[in-house]
This record gives sequence, C-alpha cells and structure tokens, in this order.
Amino acid sequence: MTERPLATAGEASTAPRVPWTQRQGWLSQHLGTAIIGGILGYTFGHWLGNAISSNYQYIVNSGQNAIADALALIFGVVGWLLGIGALNYPLAKLAGRQPEKEVEVNDWSKYFRYSTNHKTVGLQYVVGVLLFMFTGGLLAMAIRTELLNPTTHYFSADTYIKIVSEHGTIMMMMATSIVVGPLGNYLVPLMIGSRRMAFPRIEAFSFWIFVAGYMVIFSALPYGGFPTGWTGYAPLQTQAGPGMVSYLFGFAVIGMGMMAAGFNIAVTIINYRAPGMTWSRVPIFVWSILATAALLTLATPTLFAAGLFGLLDKTAQTAFYVTEHGGSSYLWENLFWFFGHPEVYIMALPGFGIVGEILPVFTRKPLFAYKVGAAGMIGVSLLSFFVWQHHLFQSGINPDMRPLFMLTTELISIPTGFIYLVGMGTLYKSKIRFEIPMLFAMALYFNFLIGGVTGVFLSDVPVNVTVHGGFFVLSHFHYTIMGGLLFAFMGGLYYWLPKMTGRMMNKKIGLLHFWTMFIFFNLTFFPMFIIGLLGQPRRVFTYAKNLQGLNDFSSISAFLLGFSFLIFFFNLVWSLYISPQKAPANPWDSLGLEWQTATPVPPHNFERIPVILTDPYHYSEASAPAVADLGGDERVPAVSSHDGSGVA
Amino acid sequence: MNETHHLRRMTTIWIVLSIAADLLFWFLVGPHIPPGRMTDMASSNQFDFNILFVIAIPVLIGVWIYLAYAIAVWSAKRGGPEPVGGEAARNNRTAQVAWITITSVVVIFLAGFGTVELVVNHGSGGGEGPNPVWSPAGAIKAETAALAGTGTWSPNSNQVLPVQVIAQQWKFTYRYPTFGGFETPQLILPVNTTIAFNVTSLDVIHSFWAYQLSVKADANPQVNDVAYTTTNQTGPFTVRCSELCGIWHGSMYNYGRVVSQQKFMQWAQATEAANAANTKDLPPFAWTYVPDANGAAGGYYPDGTVTPYSTVETYGAKQPAS
Repeated sequence: MTERPLATAGEASTAPRVPWTQRQGWLSQHLGTAIIGGILGYTFGHWLGNAISSNYQYIVNSGQNAIADALALIFGVVGWLLGIGALNYPLAKLAGRQPEKEVEVNDWSKYFRYSTNHKTVGLQYVVGVLLFMFTGGLLAMAIRTELLNPTTHYFSADTYIKIVSEHGTIMMMMATSIVVGPLGNYLVPLMIGSRRMAFPRIEAFSFWIFVAGYMVIFSALPYGGFPTGWTGYAPLQTQAGPGMVSYLFGFAVIGMGMMAAGFNIAVTIINYRAPGMTWSRVPIFVWSILATAALLTLATPTLFAAGLFGLLDKTAQTAFYVTEHGGSSYLWENLFWFFGHPEVYIMALPGFGIVGEILPVFTRKPLFAYKVGAAGMIGVSLLSFFVWQHHLFQSGINPDMRPLFMLTTELISIPTGFIYLVGMGTLYKSKIRFEIPMLFAMALYFNFLIGGVTGVFLSDVPVNVTVHGGFFVLSHFHYTIMGGLLFAFMGGLYYWLPKMTGRMMNKKIGLLHFWTMFIFFNLTFFPMFIIGLLGQPRRVFTYAKNLQGLNDFSSISAFLLGFSFLIFFFNLVWSLYISPQKAPANPWDSLGLEWQTATPVPPHNFERIPVILTDPYHYSEASAPAVADLGGDERVPAVSSHDGSGVA
Repeated sequence: MNETHHLRRMTTIWIVLSIAADLLFWFLVGPHIPPGRMTDMASSNQFDFNILFVIAIPVLIGVWIYLAYAIAVWSAKRGGPEPVGGEAARNNRTAQVAWITITSVVVIFLAGFGTVELVVNHGSGGGEGPNPVWSPAGAIKAETAALAGTGTWSPNSNQVLPVQVIAQQWKFTYRYPTFGGFETPQLILPVNTTIAFNVTSLDVIHSFWAYQLSVKADANPQVNDVAYTTTNQTGPFTVRCSELCGIWHGSMYNYGRVVSQQKFMQWAQATEAANAANTKDLPPFAWTYVPDANGAAGGYYPDGTVTPYSTVETYGAKQPAS
C-alpha cells in the first residue's frame, strides 16, 4: 500500500496536487461515483433521445420512446464506466497523455473499486454472480407459485410472461460467468504459476461491465418487462414494448464482458504459464476454462451483432427481423442459436473442469485419462459451433439439413462422455473422502447424466416433435446447467473458498445445504420431464387440469430448493463472519499449485515464479516427483500436509 | 479384492437390472408413452422414443451402479486398501478405447436410426418448411391443385387432404382449400387420411402442436411450413401453441377432432355453404398472407383510420369493401 504523503500546514502549498484518479478514500473513484456517473449518463441519454426523436413514443406523452430508452441505457453504462474509472487509462492514451497506474487500495474498500488485482476481481465476481443468482432464483419462485394452480392466477398473464422472461435472461447471463468470473479469474493465474492476468484492466472492465449488464437487464422490469423469454425471438421482439430495449442492450453489455473475459483468460493461459507448465501439465480446470474462453471469444460476437440488429429495428426503423419489409424471422433464430449453443457449453465445460480438480483430491488417485479429458473439452467446444439448428428442427428450416444436425448433435455426446470416463476411472479402487466438495462433484455425475441422456432424446428429430418447446426440454437444460454447472460451482466454492477467504466453510451446515439442494433439485425437475411428455408447453400460465398434481409437487419442491440456497447463504455468513474458522494453507491435502502458496494468498501470488516439475495429480505415488519448485529451499513434496511455510 | 472381481460383480448387477428394467419399460410403460397411436406419425414417434429409452436405460443404470458401488466399496470410512497411483492408475488403454468405441457406435447408430425414421415417416410430423423433401405419395399433387383452386377430396378416394393452419395472436384458424377455402376456428379431420398441414402466421412466430397427432410445425409470418400426418383413429385431440408468442401464449389452444370420412364430408360441405358469404370477403387462398395495415389478414389497425405503423407503404391482399 502506497502511503500518501502527510501534508503539514507549512508544506501544503508545495505538495504536488494529487489528480482525482490517483486519490484514495471517499473522494476517489468507487462504486458511489459509478452510480452517480450511471445516473447522470442515463438522464442525459434520455433527454437527448427525446430531444432528437420526440415523435417516436410508444404511447403519446408516455415519455417511453425506444430511442430515448436506448440512448439512456447506452449513456448510463458509459457514465458508470467513467465513474468507476474504467476509462481513465484508455482516455488518457487517446488524449496522448501518459496514463497513470491505478491506485492500489488494500483495505476493504478495494472490493468497491476498479481493482486490477485478479484475486480482488475474483471475489467481486463471487458476490456479483450470487446477486444475479438470488435475483433469478426469486423470480423462479414466482413462476412456481403461479403454476400451483391451472386456473387460479397469482399474476396476470402479462406479468407472468415477463417474470419468466426476466428469470431466464438473468439466469443465462449469470451462468455465462458463474465459474469463469469468480473461479476463472481467481484461480487461473494461481494454477498456472502466474502473478497476474495478461490484461488486468480488461479483467476489471469485464467485471464492472458485468454489473452494469445486471442493472441494464433489471431495468427491463420498471420499463414494463419483455414478453419473449430469454430467446428473444423476433418478430415478437419487434412488437414488444420498451423493456425489449433493455434485453437487447443488456445482452450486448453482458456480451462485451464475456468477450473481454474470454479473450483475457485465453491470452493469460497461453502466454503466462510458469516455466515448466507444459500443455500436458496444465490442470484440467485450466483446460476447461481455456475451452470456455475460446467459446466466449468466438460465439459472443454473433449475439452482440444480433442484439445490435434488434436494437436498430426498434430504434432506427430498420427491418432485419421484420418479414413484411424484407427481413426474416429466421435470421434472429439462427444468429441467436449460433451463439446460443456454444453458450450452452460455456455453461457446462467449467463444471467439468471443477469436478476434474475435486475428484483426485478426495479419492487420493491421479486423474484418469487426463489427455482424453482435455481433448474432450476441446472437442466439445469445436463441435458446439455445428449443432445450433437442432433448436430449429420444427421451425421450417431447410428440411434436409435436419439429419446433419441430428448427427452433429449426437456426436457431441462422445466428447461429453469423456468426462464420465475421467470421473469413473478416477473413482476406480480409490479411497473416497466424502467432504462437501466431493459430494457436489458426485452429484454432478448423477444429474448431468440425466441431462445428457435426455439431450439425446431431444436431438432425435422424430422424438423432438413431441418434446420440443415443452417442459421436457425445460427440465433437460435445468439438469445440465443447474444440475451440472451450479452443483459444480457450489462444490468449487466449498473447495476453494478456504483459499480465497482464509476461512473454512462449516461442514454441518454444508451437509444440510448439499442434501436439501440435491434432493429438492431432483424432486423439482424430474417431474417436469413427465409434465412435458404429457403435453405442457413452456412459458404458459395455464395448463391441463390433470397436470396439477405433478405441477404442485414440482412447485413445493422448488420452494424447498429455494430454501436450500438460504441455507447456503446462512453458511456463508456463519463461516465468514459469525463463527470463522481459520483455514490452513492446504486443508484438503491437494497437490494443486494454487494450494502451495500461503493463505491468505500473497499480493503477487508467488514470491518467485515457480518452476513446474510435473502435473498436479501424482496422488498415492511413492516415488512421485515434486509438483513445483517454488523458489525456496524446499520443493513441494508430492504428498503433502503442507502449511504454506514453503513460501518463504 | 482383485480387479476382475469388482468388474464382474458390477457387470452382473448391471446386466440383470438393465434387462429387467428394459422389459418392464417396453411392455408396461412403452405402449402408453405420448403421443400415443392416433396417427402413423404418433405411432412411429412413440416407437422411436421407446427405442431410445431402451438404449438409455442400460447407460443410466450402468453409471448409477458404478457410482453406488464406488460410494459403498471405495469409501475412506471402510478403511480398505490404500489406492495405488502411478501410470497404471492414470491410463488404461483398453478402458479408454472401449469407452470411445462403444459411445461412438451407439451415437452413430442413433443418428442413423433417427434419419431413417425421419425419411420413412415423411418428416415424422415435424415442420419441413415450404419445400418438403420427404412427401407422402399424392401430397404434392394435392397441394398444387389446392393452390390453383382445383383440389378435390371425397371419402374413400385415398386423396391427401391439404389443411391450412393460420396462427395469429392468440388463436389458430383453419382454411380448407379443397372446400372453397372457407376459414373456421374448428379443426375437423377425416380418419385414415393423409393430411398435409400448411402452417403460417399472420404476426409473430407460433408453433402448431397437434399433440396426439404428433405434428409440430412453427408458424412463421410469410412462410409456409408443411407437415404431414396420417390419421388412423377417431377422437379428440389437443392443439397448443408451443412457441412463445406474447402474453396470451398460455391460452392459445383448442381442440380438434378426427371423425369418419363420411362425417367429415358432411361437416365440410355444410360449413362451406354456411360460410360462403364470409369466404367471399377473405383474401384469396394462398400459402401465406401479408398483414395489411387496413386490417386484412390480421393487420394491426382494424378500423382503417389509424396511420400505419411504418412509413413504408404496406401492400398485400385486396381490401374488402368497407
């Protein structure tokens, strides 16, 4: 921490003036100035929009005008970024001045600032994605409340569809970053033996624009919501009210964060590996994040462009998606799913990586078929660009394309299956310690299997006729994203939070959390397969009377599933603040490089750049080589009860 | 315990449970799997679902048994032998090659099976777009005649019956081109007849899902999405919209009925006569309709006095005299 020079009365006139961007304390840039910047930007944008296009209002004298709404959001985000200080560096460069380095703040307020430290950004992301998740989860509770009864309505049809849309969009946005953001940013440098990310400013930018994206998508509600679901199909999109602007621009904002994060992480992994960290020694989690980063970087621009077209349709009266004027309703569907299907794997691969790290530690066995696992992740990410039209099997696309997309979709289950080969091989003749992270990892294998197998049903065009667009597909993707990624994320939090916070999570509360989440997740979503097969389409507020029993069962389970997240939240507060237990540097006896440094992690991660000697999976091996030379006198032993003293 | 013991025990449990579960499923559950057997497409799609399920059962049971076995036998609490690391625990060529081979064979078989079923069953009841590639015999002829206004259909003639589905916020209407092109909210179909559904929309994307008929085709504005099915049982069926189309999407459903060919003929002729005055005012039968700013074909401004929503001149069907 750089000390500010104390100015005495006599020196006051001669002390150099500290520029605003270099100040600390309340008069510097932080969340507060970002909010002020956002409000000023929003107000200006709205005024400007109405000034230049006052006759485009949705309803006369309503002040709701797509151009004003779009400009308000655009300037609001720019104001937010200016306020937090994200643009100081590029603006100084643009002006031809020598930019000043960001001030390093080391007290608690660093979490509310534009921090370029990857560990701070990682923890900021933890809070950010949890906030997203709890918001989306509350909306899910509202959905299940409405579906308690086929005829008695708790919400109007209008409100209901907007809740569904907001839930889907918030959750999808959250899930793109839920692992890459918190764990990717925090752990990747530690795992590859780097002191930082390749582009720390882009890293901080990706977080703060992610928060801006949250507020933009949330602004849809006060604007009156949007009725299209998270898929935003046009021309319904073109017909919708001002909330749609928030959706389209919200995805663009989140998309910028995704591209920035993906690009930064990919460059870091490729270029910032420590000496000796060859591709065959890179931890499997890093492989999964690399595959995800490639998808984030390559798939998101399509969404960005699609959203821009939609925004132009709504504001500048273009007709990309307006059929009557020469556009096409298929254009959005194709652009959206060309992004959307890689997106599905953005929400699966990091989970595979997490369980790949957890299993060897708690089985005391090396990771089985490491190379097959890594190849599987790369295979999935490549194939995921060639499957998108399976979302459009019944849409009237060129019919002879359907066998091709059926084939590619089913082929993707081969590399996805590798993750089961890796897991089952690692479990073979092992010695399993059932700690909380391990339970979550095993739960992923249980849940994702159901999600994966039902995916094959959906990819079969004849069966797809019945299951497409219904509760079957809804249950399928909740099994893969929530049952897979979210369970892995929870396992990852229980596993890595001791390193990130220096506090152990409470095991008893953790067990209660795990079992309630696992049981009620399955009780919530399994009945939905049957509900879907029995003919209930997605996103409806009314359904056949004979499905009420199943829907009620699902709803009540969903409320209890929601309760399990409260237990998790309670565990967080309990373990971090109420009854904190100090975490040892390596509580799980892991060989992973991230565990070999001290807790709390030193500001620059490693005193010296470590030299990697082998991969981190040599468990139960008598003559195993040391994992890394950390630069001290001793090398990290292969099987360790390491307390961090190796880091001098 | 040596390696073969673990594997032999798991394999035995796996084979026994898989066969038992498969048999129970095939004979007890399979015949009741939606969408039932009301049409040829429904029967074959039910058969496909059941085949997939019979293959899925051993996969699910295999992994579950393995996980359960690992939890029960290889738990640290049981205090078994220490695990052994090293190269043998990291890679096992046989296991890896076998895994990749088996999953590949299953997956490629499923893709082949799905393709054959799709082609043989004329698109399996799914929307094939404006130019279907796997049409049933006589379908193209019937459709061409319908558009030209020369199509006919009579009981026991074994002709394909074209029916147009017009989806709009938030209802379905149906036009019968072989009966003068009348439009009705009722969907009545003859039994033992191949139906060619021509699905289109007047506004946003909908999806025509005739659940028991095993027909699902998206309704896109200005696109004709064709789907075939052959009825073989009489009775009611449900039609729901299965693509989100706005706030009343949940209420966009109705019920159709498959009746005998004679009854259908009576109904069609009676409705054609009863609707004759209205049919005159409808736009001429076409595969798609362009919504018109003055209200024709479901335009948004039915009173004809409001300024069109776009400055671009609207075009479309001839206006009814007001």
